[in-house]
Order: sequence, then structure tokens, then C-alpha cells
Amino acid sequence: MLNIGKIEEGFVLDHIQAGKSMQIYKHLGLDKLDSTVAIIKNAKSKAMGKKDILKIECDIESLDLDILAYIDHNITVNVIKDGEIIEKRSLVLPKQITGVIKCHNPRCISSIEQELPQIFYLADEKKEIYRCKYCDEKYSDGDAAAKV
Amino acid sequence: MNNLRHMMNPLDFSVEELEALFDVANDIENNMAAYSHKCDGKILATCFYEPSTRTRLSFETAMLRLGGKTLGFADAGSSSAAKGESVADTIRVISCFADICAMRHPKEGAPMVAASNSLIPVINAGDGGHQHPTQTLTDLLTIRSLYGKLGDFTIGLCGDLKFGRTVHSLINALTRYTGIHFIFISPKELKVPDYITEMLDSKGLTYEEVIKLEDVMPRLDFLYMTRVQKERFFNEEDYIRLKNFYILDKAKMELAKEKMFILHPLPRVNEISVEIDSDPRAAYFKQVQYGLYVRMALILTLLDMTDAHMNEGLLREF
Repeated sequence: MLNIGKIEEGFVLDHIQAGKSMQIYKHLGLDKLDSTVAIIKNAKSKAMGKKDILKIECDIESLDLDILAYIDHNITVNVIKDGEIIEKRSLVLPKQITGVIKCHNPRCISSIEQELPQIFYLADEKKEIYRCKYCDEKYSDGDAAAKV
Repeated sequence: MNNLRHMMNPLDFSVEELEALFDVANDIENNMAAYSHKCDGKILATCFYEPSTRTRLSFETAMLRLGGKTLGFADAGSSSAAKGESVADTIRVISCFADICAMRHPKEGAPMVAASNSLIPVINAGDGGHQHPTQTLTDLLTIRSLYGKLGDFTIGLCGDLKFGRTVHSLINALTRYTGIHFIFISPKELKVPDYITEMLDSKGLTYEEVIKLEDVMPRLDFLYMTRVQKERFFNEEDYIRLKNFYILDKAKMELAKEKMFILHPLPRVNEISVEIDSDPRAAYFKQVQYGLYVRMALILTLLDMTDAHMNEGLLREF
């Protein structure tokens, strides 16, 4: 059994689908963060069998976690302050997603225009439908993590 | 340039802003000569990355009628796009030459990319199957001018309701008004997409979906006909089978109200028999005229030059 120490301030992202932690690491921009990050892969889980966990030591105001709601609703976000869990944060779908998913409409300008960011906006919060900012093409597949 | 406005989508303008735009358009209709020098010294760039004679000529005529000049290109082959230049770079360059730009592009969202990199107002003159806002503004102005108001009527939309960009855009724009009943007339292969009917449901608007045009003709105040476009079909067999499905002829017109108006975004192929053209209810060529007025009004609005014109128009009324 591998033990990772407690963090003083930051986040513990629990119940990440096994194997997806590196993708979340990338999309949260943790590679650019000058702080301690522990990536735990394939940890034992009663509910999931296997799961991934991310522990991020950082200022809790410094990280925007909205994208997690789009990637996987089931991730548990524990907010840590002074070594204790002070909040279990509920995930809210981001109004806009940039650079995470790609428009698959071959007629979209984003398929040819140089260095144009892939931007999607939340068109229907209830149905979790995102549409491309440029062509309004729908992108609403369930397992977003598989595509990021 | 902080107040720079563009026209990407008919819904970019509020209902009140559209009313003001249509007031200008109707004033132009009644006082064309008074507007003939309003854009003296102004230049409209028409950047058409795919051919569209009607829309391009309408934009160019609009600017010429306002006293301005035009420049541009009529297909991508004669533009720097052929050398691989991005839309963003093209509009940055055009911004140095012209005061306003109308852009048509086969790629959806291209005018939006242009607008976000532009120093001058950009009008979406059609981007693939996505938006064609000035067609919708034309349709709204035509309805308002012929009927006297935008609301309290029954409109039948007939033909290709599945792929028809103009139809979807018009329905979307009409949902902001009250008392409109929609009747969708199409073969089941070309019925209006679910997201449109879901939108109407969510807004509590009433609609019917029917197969036969004859069944609903007597109830219509407007009949919006559309072309069944060959390029929308995957195989020619389907196209040939469906293209003659809904042809408006004299016999069907006998069922219609005396005051019904026929609209069509044009070009027509054979869905409206030429024998209908002389019928006073045939409004599709009048619609082209309104397209010119609304583009003139839009150019003035986006160049922020309407107040002076409307004041003059109002003064003339006294």
C-alpha cells in the first residue's frame, strides 16, 4: 500500500475514473502550476473497483475546476484548508469551454482557420448540451473524458 | 471603435432594434431619393468566398443606392484565400480599405471570426448552412410591410424544412413575436428538425405538421415556399422523387385566402409555377425589393448613421 501524505491547502479530486487522471491533470493546467501534485492511479475503490485520485497543493482560489463538471460529474472535489476538508464542492457546468473538445463539423471555420481556439458554449444546461461558438454544432456525448 | 456592431445572427438585434431598422427600411422605400448621398465617400467591401449573385448584387446595389462605393471579390479563387490567407488576416487588411464589409463564406462561423478581428462592421452574408441573417431580416420586413405588423397570423412553411437554413432562421426570429401559428408542410423525409419543434414547445407556441399543402391553404396568411436543393441529398434518386412533391400552382391558389401572401427566398426552380407570378398574392419579387431596403437600412445602422436620416425622413412627413 502506497501512502501519500496530507496536504495543508488545496484540493483532493477523488473518484476519478481509473486511467483518466492524466487527462484531468492536463486540462486543469496542472503542468503549469508550481506546486506539489500527487497523481494516484488505479487505487482500490469499493464503489468503482479502481479509481484515480489527484492531490493538489495550492491556493484554493487559484484553480478553476469548472471543467471537471464537463469531463466527469462523478468526481468528488474535496477542498482542503489547514489539513482538513472544509468543503465538498459541487461541480457546475462551465458556461464556456476552450481548448478541451474539438468541433467535428467539417464545414466549421475552426477546421481550417489557423490558430483558432476551439470554443464551445453551454447551450442547454438541463440537457448538458454544448455548441460550437462558430458553427453552433452540438457536442453532447456523455463520456467527455474519453474525448479530451 | 468601442461601439462597433456586426450582424451575425438576426437575434443579435433586439425586437426594438429590429423595429427601428425596419422603420428606416420603410422610410427608404418611401423616400429613396433622400438617401442617395447618405454614404458618400463610404466603401462597402463584399468578400464573397463562394458565388452568390443575388446576395452580392443586393449588397452592392444597397451601397451604390446610398451613394457609396463597393470593392471586393466574388469567389475564393480570386482572393488571397487561394494563397492560404486566414479569414482573420483578410479582414484585418480589408479593415484598412473599407468602412463596412459583407462576407459570404462556405465555412460556418467564418464571418464571426472576421468580426472578432475587424476594425469595421461585418455583415454575415451567409456562412454555409449556418446563418444568412439578411435573408431573415428581408423576410421579417416583407411580412411587416405587407401585413402591417409582425404577429397575429398563420404562416405555412412548405418544402424542404429539414435542411432549409432560411426556414429555421425565420422560425427562430418569429418566436419573439406573439400570436403566430406555424404550419409545417413537408414530406416526412424533409420535416422540420426536432430541435425546432422542441423550441416551439418550450416557448408555448402553436404549430402543426402536415403532409398536404391543399389541406391547410385556406387558413394561411403567409405561405413561405422553399426549394428542394439537390446538394442536400445523398443520392439523386431521393432528390428526383421529392423535388416535385410540393408545387404551388393555380389550382392550389384557388383554395387560398384573397389576402394571403406567397414568399420565397429564391432562386425558385419549379416549386412555384410561373403562372402564379401574375397573381397579386405572389410577393416573392417584392421580397427581393425589401431585401435591398433592409440591407440599405442595415448598412446605415451599422455605420451608426440612421438618426440623421430618420430625422430627415420625419421632417419630410410634416
